[in-house]
Amino acid sequence: MYSSPNSKWLGLLYLTPALLFVAVFTVYPLTQMVWVSFNNWTLISPPKWVGLNNFTKAFSDRQFWISLTFTLKYTLLITPILMIGGYAIALLVSGNSLLQRFTRTVVFLPVVIGLGASSLLWYWLFAPDAGFINTILRDLGIIPDRILWLGVNADISNWAIIISVVWKVIGFGMILFVGAIQAIPTEVNEAALVDGASGWQRVRAITLPLTLRTILLVTLISVIGSLLAFDQFYIMTAGQPQNLTATSVFFIYLNSFPYLKLGYGAALSLILAVFVLLFTLVQMLLTRRSHA
Amino acid sequence: MSAATADGTMARPRTQGGFFATLWQGRTKYLLGAIMIVLALFMLLPIYATMTASVKLPSEAAGIPPTYFPKTFSVESYIKLWDYQHGLPRYLFNSFATAFLAILFTVALTVPAGYALARFPVPGKEILFVFLLTALIIPYQALLTPIFLMFAQLKLTNSLVGLAVIHTAIQLPFSLYIMRNSFEAIPKELEEAAVIDGCNTFQLLVRICIPSVVPSIVTIALFAFITSWNEFLGALVMLNRGEMFTLPLVLAASRTVNMLGGTDWGMLQAGVTVSIIPCVGVYLLLQKYYVSGLLSGAVK
Repeated sequence: MYSSPNSKWLGLLYLTPALLFVAVFTVYPLTQMVWVSFNNWTLISPPKWVGLNNFTKAFSDRQFWISLTFTLKYTLLITPILMIGGYAIALLVSGNSLLQRFTRTVVFLPVVIGLGASSLLWYWLFAPDAGFINTILRDLGIIPDRILWLGVNADISNWAIIISVVWKVIGFGMILFVGAIQAIPTEVNEAALVDGASGWQRVRAITLPLTLRTILLVTLISVIGSLLAFDQFYIMTAGQPQNLTATSVFFIYLNSFPYLKLGYGAALSLILAVFVLLFTLVQMLLTRRSHA
Repeated sequence: MSAATADGTMARPRTQGGFFATLWQGRTKYLLGAIMIVLALFMLLPIYATMTASVKLPSEAAGIPPTYFPKTFSVESYIKLWDYQHGLPRYLFNSFATAFLAILFTVALTVPAGYALARFPVPGKEILFVFLLTALIIPYQALLTPIFLMFAQLKLTNSLVGLAVIHTAIQLPFSLYIMRNSFEAIPKELEEAAVIDGCNTFQLLVRICIPSVVPSIVTIALFAFITSWNEFLGALVMLNRGEMFTLPLVLAASRTVNMLGGTDWGMLQAGVTVSIIPCVGVYLLLQKYYVSGLLSGAVK
């Protein structure tokens, strides 16, 4: 029925809207990004060709390096927490008892909430006086005086944001890990049980190796997500103090939009895109090897 | 998907307690149970805090230190939010309209495309598929600068249609992937019978195929809704006129200033509550579709 001479063209016809959409709203902007990155453009004046200037400027721009190292630091700190924490919770709730299913649903709940909304929520929880974090820590006698969590010290701000993001996204990894753990044939675990393997031995010998592909994939998704972090920093610190908590995407945003340095913004976008692509490719290779 | 439990993960015959089967006895059982309850409480506390703060009297919601249990009950924060700047109804309309358009575009583009990829001998199909997935290798955050330039020329900045286009571009690879796979999963016999009855391919699509992929359409619509409803950076870049703001934008803008120069915590938490409810609502209602979409989209 799909083998008539016309069906080639008919199929193409069904594909055309999506092809046009991707060509216009993804591929064309991609080529534009490359072209604009070789120009200085402020929207008001016409674009002016400057060759590689925007790129050399980026590499000698102090804020570029501050943003990049800050983003990497954030990624390096949050990824192990999300992976190990998410996996531990997955082991805990991978069964189907009522309490386990309930905990799963509750841990996953913040994943569907917007990062904007959750950041505003935690912006309030971390508020110096009106927020609950300082109040609880003081009531428990853990801290004598309030801590200024956000926008004063870059490291403290980073940790506060990490806590809020862990709350928001840990359920994402968890649910994928639960899926992978549940896909392990029951017989494998039963055989190990018969052999007298302890819980920890089974995690190391069975669960971890058999879910390795999922672990790598979730790490990939998580690392890339962290490298592209924006909303939480924009809302919770606005880059303060002194743009020390401005992530790479934040830095691109500042240049492209409030400052309207579109050429420079495009060059920075291109650098970021290539950087993220490297991570994607390296991890895809890793994933493929583990799958084979 | 048929054997999925309420949250979409696979139900299989297994011992109660699953992985921790051996530990699931004696005292460890209570310890693990206690850990889960503490964990669940920790996850729910922020939501409890924001919801209670939103119904305290604004003076109590702004009080120092904050009260753990509300002493007052009032909808005043919601009334303030209702009238905030262009008014909550306006922002809700903007957010819902954008999400609706994003769903519409996503479904209208990826259903026929998924059908074509699954069934038709289109020349160069694999290359076209990779082309359609371009967005996977380039983060949309990086594309916003050139898209902004294009939209400035097309007069699509400050437009909900423009914003919905960006949200569609974000969702397209995932949705196309899901749709292609579910069209491929339809048994060919169904269509063969219909061909004998004289159906053309468009009738096949509408009468036979689409009814079989309704769960997948629900899944991609659900993801498009949640992405669009929550998306922040694209909206921040594309919308600068207050009356076009979506809900996350106006809430972020309200965090720093009120007439007294501080943050109106009660109203802010009312806003957070309002923006959380639709997501949590559709998730709890359609949990099965959400988790199955996540599992098939992210892992396979």
